[in-house]
Amino acid sequence: MKESVVVIGGGVAGMETAASLLSLGYAPILVEQSDHLGGHVASWHRLFPDMTSADEVIASLKARLEGASVFLGTGIQFVNRLKDGYNVMLTNGVSVLAKAIVLATGFRLFEARRKEEYGYGIYDHVITNSDLENWFRGGDDLRVPAEPAAIGFVHCVGSRDVKAGNTQCSKVCCITAIKQAIELKEKFPGAEIYCFYMDLRLFGKKYEDFYINAQRDYGIHFIRGRVSEVGERIDGRVIVKAEDTLAGKPVKVSLDLLVLMSGIVCNPEIAALTKNVTLERDEDGFLRSRDNLSGITLSPRKGIFYAGTCTGPKTVPETLAEARSAALCVHDFLQGRA
Amino acid sequence: MDFGFSLSPSSAVNLDTVDLSLFRKVEARCPDIRTCIGCGSCSATCMASAWSGMSVRQVILALQRGQLRQVEQKLSACMLCGKCTMVCPRGINTRNLILAVSREFKKEEAQ
Ligand SMILES: Cc1cc2nc3c(=O)[nH]c(=O)nc-3n(C[C@H](O)[C@H](O)[C@H](O)COP(=O)(O)OP(=O)(O)OC[C@H]3O[C@@H](n4cnc5c(N)ncnc54)[C@H](O)[C@@H]3O)c2cc1C
Ligand code: SF4
Ligand code: SF4
Ligand code: SF4
Repeated sequence: MKESVVVIGGGVAGMETAASLLSLGYAPILVEQSDHLGGHVASWHRLFPDMTSADEVIASLKARLEGASVFLGTGIQFVNRLKDGYNVMLTNGVSVLAKAIVLATGFRLFEARRKEEYGYGIYDHVITNSDLENWFRGGDDLRVPAEPAAIGFVHCVGSRDVKAGNTQCSKVCCITAIKQAIELKEKFPGAEIYCFYMDLRLFGKKYEDFYINAQRDYGIHFIRGRVSEVGERIDGRVIVKAEDTLAGKPVKVSLDLLVLMSGIVCNPEIAALTKNVTLERDEDGFLRSRDNLSGITLSPRKGIFYAGTCTGPKTVPETLAEARSAALCVHDFLQGRA
Repeated sequence: MDFGFSLSPSSAVNLDTVDLSLFRKVEARCPDIRTCIGCGSCSATCMASAWSGMSVRQVILALQRGQLRQVEQKLSACMLCGKCTMVCPRGINTRNLILAVSREFKKEEAQ
């Protein structure tokens, strides 16, 4: 009989891990608490750097899950340590005995309301990166005006912010802001678009070219300075104040739409998830790996593995590569090699 | 009446009202100036920078923020040696840019 492996979380990390385990000859059991697979990516429209359709990425991952057991709308009741493996009790009453568990529980988007000075939930035309993806997907959003003349992006919302409790850089939001700025410019060619950044952190393949395109071909304005406050004018437009630190001068601008780049933060529930089997969290709140250099997919516990953004911010290609790596680590472990 | 102090006009840049006419004209000739990343290589290598404050970086920024007085004042010290063009990591033809700006100023004077 094929060995069962429980994969918790049906985002792209969990899907890819399960698909890889399947092709390695195991019987993955993929457990997803929501009613659909894909995790956050299922809420995005097009993905940087090639503007790939997010739905297509998920569809191709789904196709590779043929033969795996997938439980939607299902969580974990508890996990018990046995002599030789784990007993995982699912909320649908199914109990699984498995030698290995992979956590692919993902991240949370920073709650933009917590940065009150940016006015999310207070002003009429302030939205988040996630709201904007939803709008790109065709969702209605009354906060997006019909013909905006000026649009702003605020980088690092809830990231690199000691006061918000998140010192980490979320890694994906600079490039996401550039992607979304280009997409908005395509929709509203007449609009001036401003990105307010602290540093531009664009590390990935083709990202710098994306940035140059945004500057040269789309005329997006980049202003180095953290937005200090946002107000609302009597006509409903938002007014943004910052320092243009390259010029050493204060700058202000009125905007028809302000997009907050909410960061990637840890999913606070995961530590308690396994209940009887405690898993430590790192200082940044994400799950602590056995080793941040050579063992990122290994938990400190035998038989428990990690994949994807549950250990820190990652892009989709990084997440997928890590998921395959986690599956291989599981394989080595089950073969008695690790 | 002398109060012993005076109010200087705000140095804040208001992007709602900023005059981008010169920037638009120059940008039409050298679209590459949009790709400036403010790295400062140009100013660091400029022989005129030490004694005159000439800085291509600051000229580009001043153009983008509509601060024409600053543009004119800085440019007057340039010797058109072209060193700045050699070091720009974005491959901006800064010498060309300086010439394009000067041309626009000349046109205005002639009018
Ligand atoms: C605004 C934004 C735009 C982005 N755009 C791009 C892009 O264009 N290109 C790119 O490469 N990357 C992009 N990213 C990054 C991308 O979203 C992540 O790399 C990806 O979502 C990580 O996948 P994951 O599976 O690790 O986590 P998630 O997507 O968070 O999935 C985790 C899954 O686990 C489930 N889960 C959690 N806890 C439990 C539990 N206890 N029981 C059962 N299920 C559980 C969740 O419901 C969820 O479905 C973007 C990120 C943001 C914030
Ligand atoms: S990726 Fe950019 S916007 Fe996101 S936290 Fe890092 S520096 Fe800030
Ligand atoms: S061309 Fe002008 S700005 Fe450039 S290095 Fe020479 S003197 Fe300086
Ligand atoms: S060297 Fe080029 S990119 Fe750097 S500040 Fe000067 S013009 Fe801009």
